[in-house]
Amino acid sequence: MAKIFTRYGDGTATEMSEAELMQDLEAGSADAAERGKIPALSQDELKHLFDIFASRNNFVSVERGHEVVLTYDAATLKIRRVGVAVDRIQALQIYEKIMGADTMELCHVDYSFKPLKPIITMEQPVLEQALLTTHIPLFYGAMPNLGIYSQPDGPFPNPAELMPNGKIAAAMESYEQTVTEAVKDIVTVASAMHESGADGINIDTVGAAGDADFLAALLATEELKKRYPGICIEMGMAGEFVLGMHGGLTYDGVRLAGLYPHDQLKLAQKAGVTIFGPVVNTNATETSPWNVARATTFIKAAGEIASIPIHANMGMGVGGVPVNDHPPIDIVSRASKAMVEICRLDGL
Amino acid sequence: MQMTRGMKIKEAKQFVASKLKISVPELTDPVVMTELRQDLQLGTMSPQPMDARGIEAKFRIAEALGISINCVNRFRQKTKF
Repeated sequence: MAKIFTRYGDGTATEMSEAELMQDLEAGSADAAERGKIPALSQDELKHLFDIFASRNNFVSVERGHEVVLTYDAATLKIRRVGVAVDRIQALQIYEKIMGADTMELCHVDYSFKPLKPIITMEQPVLEQALLTTHIPLFYGAMPNLGIYSQPDGPFPNPAELMPNGKIAAAMESYEQTVTEAVKDIVTVASAMHESGADGINIDTVGAAGDADFLAALLATEELKKRYPGICIEMGMAGEFVLGMHGGLTYDGVRLAGLYPHDQLKLAQKAGVTIFGPVVNTNATETSPWNVARATTFIKAAGEIASIPIHANMGMGVGGVPVNDHPPIDIVSRASKAMVEICRLDGL
Repeated sequence: MQMTRGMKIKEAKQFVASKLKISVPELTDPVVMTELRQDLQLGTMSPQPMDARGIEAKFRIAEALGISINCVNRFRQKTKF
């Protein structure tokens, strides 16, 4: 039988037999099911994934009628990072008019809420002008990035130094203090941008610094929804699993450490998040079929219980997409098609 | 519709199709939608001279769908005496 072209999670090309392909799909799904204590994909779903990966087409797409909308993160810094020397408003116009983006996000190159607070009056005019010259929904986005609240970058003692010295209580207290300050920064920046007309706020890479990071985003969302009941908050996660850097932080009585996407979603909904972006990390040493089967298993569990729109994160190293600076379109399109057609997704 | 009313995709497509008086499959037909967006002045990827663009198109979108758009509300507030 002819071999099936595919890739590893780092983008390296490989070929598999039909039996090897199905084996990897089953193994990837089983891995997610075991870790998340969720159902594995059904035989029909695995067969559907098999057909997607066995297609001899380079690029695949969804069936007509299954199209979804896309939201983006940090687009205005990415276009400049690759050397396209345009200002941010031009970058937004490029995404709207040339790439056909459904929505867009304005952001600063220092993509965290803490450094934005002192320069917010410089960001607001850019957003206000951008809103006059674009017609797609425009978010303003940044990361909680609690790591920069620790010394030497921030005011609080560094838990990464305290913990190896056995100062666990001091490390936990430091995390708790950073949550309070991070919430203030997120709320200040997001409020200013909402008042300037932003169609939505994207709180990105939530949980990157662990459970304290996730808690800050949840509390900030709660506060923003109290102030502006109609505000749109998109919460994009950083990883599939909330690391227990503190270990004891809770929200609404639920311990945050150890939560997988379907449980992260429940808390995000409680906090008032409008659109939730779950993440599943790509394993670079496993095949793309393994990774996509795993990712769809996790995301499907979230999609089945969601009462808010779910936009799965599909970028370099997440959502089954290879960890590669130039994610290959053959796998990106297969992962996207799988996500849309198997999970009850509302967007990517 | 996801941003303003938290609608899931199926519900959002049905809502928008109904407001624009087209079928759901037509929502993703670029030929149909370009004509419709030009007729209703909702903003297109290739606007012609005199077409509504930017905030003008957003006003039209808010009106066509009957939704509250933050930047449109702000513009209204900033331009009234």
